[in-house]
Amino acid sequence: MISATNPIKLLIAAIVLLILLASTVSVVPETRQGIVLRLGKADRIINGYNAKEAFGATGAGLVARIPFIENIVWIDKRILDVDMEPQQVLSTDQLRLNVDAYARYRIVDPLRMYTTARSVENVSDALRPILGSALRNELGKRTFATLLSPERGQVMDNVQTSLAKIARQYGAEIIDVRIKRADLPDGTPLESVYERMRTARTQEALTIEADGLRQAQIIRAEADAKAAQTYAGAFGKDPQFYDFYRAMQSYRQTFTTKTNGSTNVILSPNNEYLRQFRGGK
Amino acid sequence: MTENAGWLARAGAFFNEGGPWGGKGNGGGGSGGGSGGGSGGGGPPRNPWNLPPGGKPRGPRGNSAVDELSRRLRDQFGGNFPSGNSGPLIRYGILVVVLLWILFSSFHRIGPQQEGVITRFGKYAGKLQPGIGMTLPTPIDSVQKIDVQEIKTINIPDGSGENLILTGDQNIVDLAYSIRWGVRFSEFFLFQMAMPEETIKEVAESAMREVMGTVTLADAFGPRRSEIEQQVALRMQQLLDDYKSGVRIRGVAIKQADPPAVVNDAFKSVTAAQQAKQGNINNANTYAQQILARAQGDAAAFDKVYEQYRLSPEVTRRRMYYETMEAVLSNTDKTIVEPNGVMPYLPLGQGRGRATVEEPAK
Repeated sequence: MISATNPIKLLIAAIVLLILLASTVSVVPETRQGIVLRLGKADRIINGYNAKEAFGATGAGLVARIPFIENIVWIDKRILDVDMEPQQVLSTDQLRLNVDAYARYRIVDPLRMYTTARSVENVSDALRPILGSALRNELGKRTFATLLSPERGQVMDNVQTSLAKIARQYGAEIIDVRIKRADLPDGTPLESVYERMRTARTQEALTIEADGLRQAQIIRAEADAKAAQTYAGAFGKDPQFYDFYRAMQSYRQTFTTKTNGSTNVILSPNNEYLRQFRGGK
Repeated sequence: MTENAGWLARAGAFFNEGGPWGGKGNGGGGSGGGSGGGSGGGGPPRNPWNLPPGGKPRGPRGNSAVDELSRRLRDQFGGNFPSGNSGPLIRYGILVVVLLWILFSSFHRIGPQQEGVITRFGKYAGKLQPGIGMTLPTPIDSVQKIDVQEIKTINIPDGSGENLILTGDQNIVDLAYSIRWGVRFSEFFLFQMAMPEETIKEVAESAMREVMGTVTLADAFGPRRSEIEQQVALRMQQLLDDYKSGVRIRGVAIKQADPPAVVNDAFKSVTAAQQAKQGNINNANTYAQQILARAQGDAAAFDKVYEQYRLSPEVTRRRMYYETMEAVLSNTDKTIVEPNGVMPYLPLGQGRGRATVEEPAK
């Protein structure tokens, strides 16, 4: 016969077992690496970063430790980033630029990181000003135009090299440094670019307009010339007849149209028109 | 997968063992309620299906519930009931809950657009393809479903506002674009980057500015837009592959490339000038057509008349002369003046017209 308190005893035993299990066995996800501290002293690294390991072949999974004596400090294993505050950079041609850059890094030596910086946030905080100064140094040696050219890649490589040197001291590996933005600061620099853009557009507009006028003039002149050629081709066959023909047309036009009021004509009897009027010759 | 099948077999064995469940009826339900969690309290027997799975009896509340249960069981079956019998009842209850738990946490429905990433105690352990997938039960395996077909969009700038970018010829363009992306390798996407979306956005900005640094303002506005889009997409993919991010860039679309608002008027004046130019040219063409048509008409008319004139010049000439004079003089006031001895008085003011004075021939 088992006593009625048996389930309670079982329960307590189960709870104790669970606590023991939880403090002995830890789940290590793929995204984290850990340092096992034995009585505060670093003993070993679990699931440390190794570029050659594929997911599933890493040290992630269950790990055991001695309960109450060892504890684990977790460190992010993923790619992290340092986002810099926008920096004012002065190029060699005395142009100011607002540069916003970021760096991507990963903790590859968790132990060194733990001893030098304690936490990932501290690493970011330490790298941030260094990224800024490295950027200022490197860009300060270049002209403004370089920043917009393919040479920019070279600049970034140099920044990355100098940042990587520092990062190594924190057990971090710099994966990439890139300029996110490079803008002209508000005020005079930006205004002067706008002014240049404006004047360039005005120039373009005036050029276009002038070109339009030129083309129009040419078209008109060509038409006039062609018309003259057509006239000459026809009228040149008999200039004397043309003179007569055109005179007749002109008289009709001048004297019969009513636009300028009435016309008085005073004829001499000697007029050619009145030749027959006088009884012939 | 073979491992999973083994588990299923074992689960089946548990079910056989749990045969008495059906016969126990009232008692079984009651014990399920008691063992399932401290929340049972003194209430009526509860349906074990409704229990929060995994709730562990804990603390004094759990204990009192078990006490309460055993007391009630003893009351129900009278003093004859041996108190030790509550043990098997509780054990069956626990077994049932565990079996259900295993059942529910071992099967996963993966949608046709999804992939399930399995982690076994945190360690990556393969992927589940669409359909019903089987894994070890939850404390051991967990499955994260990732939508690999979905295309997500990032807009830059987010919302309205200007996004000013320097071009290669040191001009400034206001650019709005969007990035379409999806997950290519879900395990990389999950484990590699601390902030995938943020990273994609930053990479996009960086790549766009890099490419814009190589083109002119005019290119950005028009002809090379699609080329720029492609270059940015390519560059982004390259960078994200360097990070092993498991992200696929589906496309980059420039939604709008405008001059900054403050210089927009100047840009509009160019458009206006282009219109004005076209207007001027059109006017000139109209003039040209008119004048040429007229010249051709005049020439053709002359030719026709000249043809007739050549046949009988004198007559034609006379006829034309008289016809013209007739037309002219029939519409005018005529005065014939004999020049010899007569002083002509011309009422010039009256007529307000012009006078033609034929000088005497002699």
